[in-house]
Amino acid sequence: MIGKTIGMTRFARVFGMAAILMFAANLIGSAIAAEVNVYSHRKEELIKPLLDAFTASTGIKVNLVTGKADALIERMRSEGRNSPADVVLTSDAARLFKSKQRDLLQRVQSASLERLIPARFRDPDGYWFGLSIRARPIFYARDRVDPAELSTYEALTDEKWKGRILVRSSSNIYNQSLLASLIAVQGPEAAESWARGIVANFARKPQGGDTDQLRALAAGEGDVAIANTYYYGRLLGSDRESDRKVAAKIAIFWPNQSGRGAHINISGGAVARFAPHREEAIRLLEFLASDAAQEIYAEKDYEFPIRDEVPRSKIVASMGTFKAHELPLDRLGEHNAAALRIFDRAGWR
Amino acid sequence: MSLNAWSIYAVVIALLVSVPILVVFSAVFAPTGEVWRHLVDTVLWNYIRNTLWIMLGVGLATLFTGVLTAWLVTTCRFPGRRVFEWALLLPLAVPSYAIAFTYAGMFEFAGPVQSALREWFGWSRADYWFPDIRSVGGAVLVMGLVLYPYVYLLARAAFNEQSVCVLEASRALGRGPWRGFFQVALPLARPAIATGVALALMEALSEFGAVQYFAVDTFTTGIYRTWFGLGDSRAASQLAAILMAVVLVLLLIERRSRGQARYYHTSTRYRPLPGYRLKGMRRALAVLACFLPIFFGFLLPGAQLLVWSIQTAGRMIDLTLLRLAWNSISLAALAAVLAVMVAAVLAYGVRLRPSFLTIAATRVASMGYAVPGAVLAIGVLVPFAWIDNTLDAWMRSTFGVSTGLLLSGTLIALLFAYLVRFLAISFNTVEASLAKVTPNMDGAARSLGLGAGRTFFRVHAPIIGGSLLTAGLLVFVDVMKELPATLIMRPFNFNTLAVRSFELASDERLADSASAALAIVLAGLVPVILLSRAIARSRPGGGR
Repeated sequence: MIGKTIGMTRFARVFGMAAILMFAANLIGSAIAAEVNVYSHRKEELIKPLLDAFTASTGIKVNLVTGKADALIERMRSEGRNSPADVVLTSDAARLFKSKQRDLLQRVQSASLERLIPARFRDPDGYWFGLSIRARPIFYARDRVDPAELSTYEALTDEKWKGRILVRSSSNIYNQSLLASLIAVQGPEAAESWARGIVANFARKPQGGDTDQLRALAAGEGDVAIANTYYYGRLLGSDRESDRKVAAKIAIFWPNQSGRGAHINISGGAVARFAPHREEAIRLLEFLASDAAQEIYAEKDYEFPIRDEVPRSKIVASMGTFKAHELPLDRLGEHNAAALRIFDRAGWR
Repeated sequence: MSLNAWSIYAVVIALLVSVPILVVFSAVFAPTGEVWRHLVDTVLWNYIRNTLWIMLGVGLATLFTGVLTAWLVTTCRFPGRRVFEWALLLPLAVPSYAIAFTYAGMFEFAGPVQSALREWFGWSRADYWFPDIRSVGGAVLVMGLVLYPYVYLLARAAFNEQSVCVLEASRALGRGPWRGFFQVALPLARPAIATGVALALMEALSEFGAVQYFAVDTFTTGIYRTWFGLGDSRAASQLAAILMAVVLVLLLIERRSRGQARYYHTSTRYRPLPGYRLKGMRRALAVLACFLPIFFGFLLPGAQLLVWSIQTAGRMIDLTLLRLAWNSISLAALAAVLAVMVAAVLAYGVRLRPSFLTIAATRVASMGYAVPGAVLAIGVLVPFAWIDNTLDAWMRSTFGVSTGLLLSGTLIALLFAYLVRFLAISFNTVEASLAKVTPNMDGAARSLGLGAGRTFFRVHAPIIGGSLLTAGLLVFVDVMKELPATLIMRPFNFNTLAVRSFELASDERLADSASAALAIVLAGLVPVILLSRAIARSRPGGGR
């Protein structure tokens, strides 16, 4: 056993050395090449093709950490002025707002960002920039629902939808933002009664992700669902036949078209307050807003490009055009905590 | 090493490990706004109710399954026993979020099982009833399936180490097999079984992925929601502190109820256990009792992962998977060695000098397992960043040099986080084993002139060697599956199998995430098999 113990220590020592060497190599590496450090709330699988394209076109190395949005925000906060983060990439507007509020971002003035990104999709003070648009419309089962029965998000609280609505948990930011948009437009009381109305019409206890809602919709567990479009896009473009069958059974309905428009959110980026590589960080954002990158957003992730002129992939184009709710995106962040409380009170888990 | 030095090391290390836990706990005294009012008025009781049900369910399920199977394979003879002995550990290698999403994938309304039923019988939604997998019951089921091996492992080791003389004495005194079990073997194994159940409960309490996926709101999901959604870190820390307090109280109750009882092995005479030969119906039941947990905890989810992996192999299986596996395995191995060394120092420190300070410090240091992973990770981030930034500020003002972040965002900080999180496993395992070494041994060695340090290496380490290995392998398997701390604290461009599997799964690409999850299971198989052999060999005087 003593022999074993010594073996273990040697083992530990070798690993320890390896760890230290790796660390040292990182340090040396970081001193030489041009690079940019990214804290991404978006998953590596989605963001990597874009970052690789950036490195290929600029020669700037990208270092990436991905993670859950709020946890990464905590990490940046605790790291303070020594944080290595240059660029923050988020998958929604509320987290951009939150990061700005916590003083984690810095102001950027870039003529090309201002040219490439419409004013309503970026922070008026220049703290953050939208990079793609995601919409949250209503989906319906083709064989059980006539689209003429559908009109607005509000109309889903009608009694005729009792036991028929599929939607995920309110822990999810996209639902929080949808409710925040209602708070912004109609005030908290109306928003609360909307949430209660939807809860009363649930087909089942909220569970799973958006894709799960679409699958349940196709299988007949409910008749309408609220979900983001790119999950539908993925089912349409899937290499698995079962996924495409699911997609074939359902269709998009764009709600509130004669009123304020369908609810949208953005994915976005910002430069960290203490960014050690400020120039490279701005170049990365500019690249992500460029035509080349915008086409990748549509092609690989089935999202809507940040400006209308960018050509859309076939699948994204098949979802049609729609009128989007023109709400200043800050509102989604401002009303986020209030939305969560309303969900708690309404019993929307 | 003198007696004092060893105890001092123990206290210092225990205090260091306690820092993140105390960081979380310190929020208890901070004033909070009306968030509590909101929680009490709305969701808190639901969190408490669900959490209690899960504790009760997982506690009973792991206790029953773990003890029953451990008793069967150690004392009975029936076909397949040799295989069951190690195969019963296999579910340990399955991450709980992976078993959760495979079960949901199979048994939900849109899944293959219910779809097939609907097709065969021409049913629609209102025509039939099917148990809802996304429920408290479902969560208890999947957690029980992957957590019972803790109880099995420790109970089996305990049964194995029991002197056969004790059992024979009980037979000679007229106790049948059943009463021998309930009146002799079970009480003797109680510290080990209690440790196993406590580990299972702590892990169930801090579980996030599986309960979240099963749409069950627990204390832990509530902590996340309060912290990240409502944006109130204080109230969230207070919830976490309540959770820790509950665990602490449970552990204290268990210890109290043992009273003055001690569990040394007093006989040094061992023979292979004779084993009851089971026949007929009993034999079939024994086989079934051992097979079912393996089937539902390993074969079924494993098969689903395999099917998905094959379907997506073209896109998802490539060389990066190997690099991820290397990252996972090397991190896990390092963490395991570290956790065992620290556990040994602490457990021996307590044994040498069970003062209030050493006991209290080690108790707190081994609480990390009950704290939700992300909360604990932030508890680790904060002090590391504080040290780095303070040092940086001092260097700047004194020498005009910036040192930046030295530890934050490195593997060292991550390893420390693993230590904080998993020390409970290694410490409890080592301590339980050390408690069975009679103090007469220490006395004899010391009176023959060995110091406290050498006594440990030359007397205790060989005796509890199997347990040290067990502790190390348990930590290894757990680090392989660990997610929240890895996700928040890892350096740039560094991924593990668990991170990849989680990222794909949370991006709602379950099939794509299967290959990484399967790789975790496969990498965990080796230590699980080693573990099993270590236990078989650990039987004093025995070994097969």
